[in-house]
Amino acid sequence: MTMDDFLAVPDFGLGWLDASGPHADIVLSTRVRLARNLQGHRYLSRASDSDRQTVFRAVARAVDQASLPDDPVLLPLAELRRRTQRILLERRLVSDEIIGRSEPESGAGVAVCPRETLSVMINEEDHLRLQCLMSGLRLVDGWSRVDGLDEELGRHLPLAYHHDFGFLTSCPTNVGTGLRASALLHLPGLVLTKEIDRALNGIAQVGLTTRGLYGEGSKFVGNFFQVSNQTTLGQSEEDLIDHLDRIVATVISKEREARRVLMRDAGAVTEDQVWRAYGLLRYARALTYEELMNLLSGVRLGVSLKVLPSPPVYSLNRMMIFSQTAHLEDAAGCPLSSSERRAHRAEYVRRALRDESAHGTSDPGP
Amino acid sequence: MSEEGKVCDAPECSNPAVVHLTTVVDNKSTTSYLCKSCAQAKGISTDPAPAVDVSDFLAQLGEAGPAKATASAAEPCSFCEMTFDNFRESGRLGCPHCYTSFGAGMRRLLKRIHGASRHAGKVYLPADPAAADLGRRLDGLRRGLQRAIDAEDFERAAVLRDLIREHETAG
Repeated sequence: MTMDDFLAVPDFGLGWLDASGPHADIVLSTRVRLARNLQGHRYLSRASDSDRQTVFRAVARAVDQASLPDDPVLLPLAELRRRTQRILLERRLVSDEIIGRSEPESGAGVAVCPRETLSVMINEEDHLRLQCLMSGLRLVDGWSRVDGLDEELGRHLPLAYHHDFGFLTSCPTNVGTGLRASALLHLPGLVLTKEIDRALNGIAQVGLTTRGLYGEGSKFVGNFFQVSNQTTLGQSEEDLIDHLDRIVATVISKEREARRVLMRDAGAVTEDQVWRAYGLLRYARALTYEELMNLLSGVRLGVSLKVLPSPPVYSLNRMMIFSQTAHLEDAAGCPLSSSERRAHRAEYVRRALRDESAHGTSDPGP
Repeated sequence: MSEEGKVCDAPECSNPAVVHLTTVVDNKSTTSYLCKSCAQAKGISTDPAPAVDVSDFLAQLGEAGPAKATASAAEPCSFCEMTFDNFRESGRLGCPHCYTSFGAGMRRLLKRIHGASRHAGKVYLPADPAAADLGRRLDGLRRGLQRAIDAEDFERAAVLRDLIREHETAG
């Protein structure tokens, strides 16, 4: 496969959307990433173009030689159109930092195993960022897969490692295991019952951190909260994963409890809000992304509470991804102004919900 | 949460609304729009939790910081020539050698950030590993093997079993 046709693969790199994992109605995805660097090479902040190219070639060779669970597609980011770079960003396969404000740095790339949801960013803040992205709460499984990828690449690349400090990284906040594991949680129950601040404080007190949908620095949108480990040194990967797993399981049970309270004490209002959200999505002619996310949050809650019989969580997940700017522009085949984007987004969602009705699950309206 | 074109509902405030607040009391819902400062005044957070800022840690270290604390920290890194002042400004190191170039101060900084200064996770082996590293590496591989067996991932378990045998023979 070449980089020109990878987007023709249905749901390229989007296996994590399929809502097949445990607690998928609350946990959109689990991500486990490892930061790694090559011995004897400067980090991005001090690297020349030629240093970055050398690192890219070394990683490309290792990806080629390694025995990976799926045929990886290697994409040098600078050779892709800007819109394609942004599609990869919207699919969470690359970061804002690696695609840059106007263009990626020389030597920046990503290797993606499309079916296995494993990927490697090359020349981001660290030389390598290994990632596994899965549906639902699957932290142990995600760690096991990314560990396997790390083992394979480590056989072909000399990694920067110190017997006391562990894996050496560009930022000291990642040193040691280089592990950042997170679960992306949909918590409308805790937000509506005003328990969310207490939950977030509790999460912070046990050494975890909460971010928005798109990671560090991003806003809380659509009642999505990304919970991850904060420290990376002094504990084994298994202990870090286990701690996060237990805390996330507690947050999920609190969210389920909040939803029960909501239905018990404000069932009619909740039901009304859910149906209003569905109605707006079904008939609106213009939607901002934040508005869409908030409405999808209501519909997702309604589906989880069985107030709405459809659409399935998988379809809601897809709508979140395919109604972002680069995906809309790709479908339209041209750049879109902000008012055109709002109109295209509303049209895409209307069509997606209509298609759901046509595929057996009749329009859920009474 | 942001509402395009809406103005804050708080009395005598005309700032643009960024928060759409729905409250449910006694089965009745009320909707209001608030600007950032009025939302904060009501105790509603509009920002994600701040990430760990290395520069803050460095600032807190102050006079006891690595640049002042050790002779070696005043010297630039022998490999990439990054100085501790560069690191203080950017919060990013220049290369893997910086960790040892910045000496004991680095260990103190790591302790402040992570509450620990010694790695306890998986071990990566260079071509000619020390015996202690080999032992730690084997421990990690055995944990991985158990995990793979528990998850019934027998393909991976077979790979790990072979790796363990390889290392046991080398040791």
